[in-house]
Amino acid sequence: MVATGQAAGKPAAFRIKDCSLVSIATGRHAQNLRELRDHLAAVDALCVYNHFWLSRLRPLYDDVEYSNDFAAWAHRALNDDVLGERLSMVDPSMFDDLEELRQEVLDLVETRLDERELVPWARPGHRFDFMHSQMVIFDTRRQIERPEDLPEAVAKLSLGSVFYHALDARRRNPHGWDDFRAWLAGFPEDYSQLFQRLESVDWYFLTLADLRDTLVAVFTEHFGGKRS
Amino acid sequence: MTGPVPAQSEQLSVDAYAAVAGEDVILQLRRLAEPLAGKRVVHVNSTRQGGGVAEILAKMIPLMRDLGLDARWEVITGTPDFFQCTKGFHNALQGDRVEIPDRLLAVYEDVNRQNADALRDVLKDADFVFVHDPQPAPLLHFTGTRSGKWIWRCHIDASRPQRNVWRYLRRFVSGYDASVFSLPAFTQSLPHPQYVIPPSIDPLSDKNRELEPAEVAGVFDRFGIDPDRPMILQVSRYDRFKDPIGVIQAYRMAKRYIPGLQLVLAGGGADDDPEGEAVLAEVRTAANGDPDIHILVLPPDSHMTINALQRAADIVLQKSLKEGFGLTVSEAMWKRKPVIGGNVGGIRLQVINHQTGFLVNSPEGAALRIRYLLHKRDKLEKMGERAREYVRTNFLLTRHLREYLTMMLGLMHGNAPRIELS
Repeated sequence: MVATGQAAGKPAAFRIKDCSLVSIATGRHAQNLRELRDHLAAVDALCVYNHFWLSRLRPLYDDVEYSNDFAAWAHRALNDDVLGERLSMVDPSMFDDLEELRQEVLDLVETRLDERELVPWARPGHRFDFMHSQMVIFDTRRQIERPEDLPEAVAKLSLGSVFYHALDARRRNPHGWDDFRAWLAGFPEDYSQLFQRLESVDWYFLTLADLRDTLVAVFTEHFGGKRS
Repeated sequence: MTGPVPAQSEQLSVDAYAAVAGEDVILQLRRLAEPLAGKRVVHVNSTRQGGGVAEILAKMIPLMRDLGLDARWEVITGTPDFFQCTKGFHNALQGDRVEIPDRLLAVYEDVNRQNADALRDVLKDADFVFVHDPQPAPLLHFTGTRSGKWIWRCHIDASRPQRNVWRYLRRFVSGYDASVFSLPAFTQSLPHPQYVIPPSIDPLSDKNRELEPAEVAGVFDRFGIDPDRPMILQVSRYDRFKDPIGVIQAYRMAKRYIPGLQLVLAGGGADDDPEGEAVLAEVRTAANGDPDIHILVLPPDSHMTINALQRAADIVLQKSLKEGFGLTVSEAMWKRKPVIGGNVGGIRLQVINHQTGFLVNSPEGAALRIRYLLHKRDKLEKMGERAREYVRTNFLLTRHLREYLTMMLGLMHGNAPRIELS
């Protein structure tokens, strides 16, 4: 919930939140594709969330071609680009819950195991470590009063805030909306065109910094004003 | 042996980091620290100077204090036998075959018992105790009753430890409330949460701050290095795991193609490393009087000198065979230097192959990349720029501090995956 103190007919200000993440090892790791399948079937669903979404908040080079951890491991550690490509096309925002997402990955992994005569192994030192995380969410005590302020305000968001409001929000809000759409939907104005533009942002290949720039461009285009 | 030594802390403010890390990062730290205000935090390690752990703590403690935590740093004391034993642990955790006699294990436990006696009043009431590396690991066992959370922080590449040594140490570590490793691959089977937090560098320290051109140029005269010829550098303790001999081999292979090439090996000892002299002698033998190999033995406070050497170098190497993290990698990258690093441990997290430097598996691989970068100066400069930004995002002290604060909040809230601060 990001809008509080709502007055009649108009949503309250958008309270900007931020988050910080710390990774925790589950103790499960895979040295080959079969082990990956076995552990993937058994881990907590939040672990799946971690490897699809929260990896965005961890050290990441600009190249996010393989933007979930499973696809990246298939490419880099197993040298199985077929599997890497298939896994990289799994869009977690298209799944209603994490169990469906887990099942999709399991299906792809098992299909690949069926196709290969030998189980692909990772080189020594390149095992897949199943991780989960603790996330601390906090109020920045900053807020956005009016939709017209979005371009300037979003330009100043930390990467943690971008993650929380633009990506993590998709699991929290109805329709898989980010927090910006959830807030704008409370206004009487017609923001359908802006919603379409936000819907069309292909976040999958964007770093959080790129995503922030893209959102600023979308809001600036809609509301006008000087781009930061 | 004398009693534990409370280390002195300088005054530092997190606000000073806004210019390099960003205002938003400072705001994050202040908000995360609010629920931890007044908490008593004690860090314990075994050396005040020399090595990356001491460097980090020298900054981490004053920054925690600036954020309102009641943080302090204690350094245990030990005997030569104690440090010989703990050096054996260090080597064994990194995979070497090491035989540690029972006599040294008895010294190890006795020294920890004495330090625990001396520190008991500080440790038993602390809200958080961070115990760094194997040297002081038994403090928890010998302190007895305690009220706060105890965290064992392992800075070592423990991905393939010698099992009998790990089994011995595990007895002391398993009672902690959590442990922290630098990489997921280093984690072990332990009955408590194992956090993964990479170390960091301080961009404002004497070792990393910007220098005037004259300060950089000063090292050429001081050490007899020719500024008009290319220079490669490795900065690290004289330790076999840092593979200084492999660096000399790589230099010799590259020098066939780049006759003017110069190599600087810059290192010193740490208080808790008794093997440095022997390795230094091996390095001098391998250099065989080559006037273009400069073997420097620097005192532990040579931060400005190391800073200048890193800036003066064309390429920085960290050709380790095992490496927990390798702070010198991030230090060099922060100075816009591509790093040729051993394809091991925490170096892999920092050196993105072909982007921020090169990962190599042999002296031959290092020689090839030295030749490549010195012949393609445009690539060298682009990689250096990328390296700087990668460190800015991922390996500055502010990120490290943020993750420690997040972990402490996490430990206060049990196993909750999401914690919403009010």
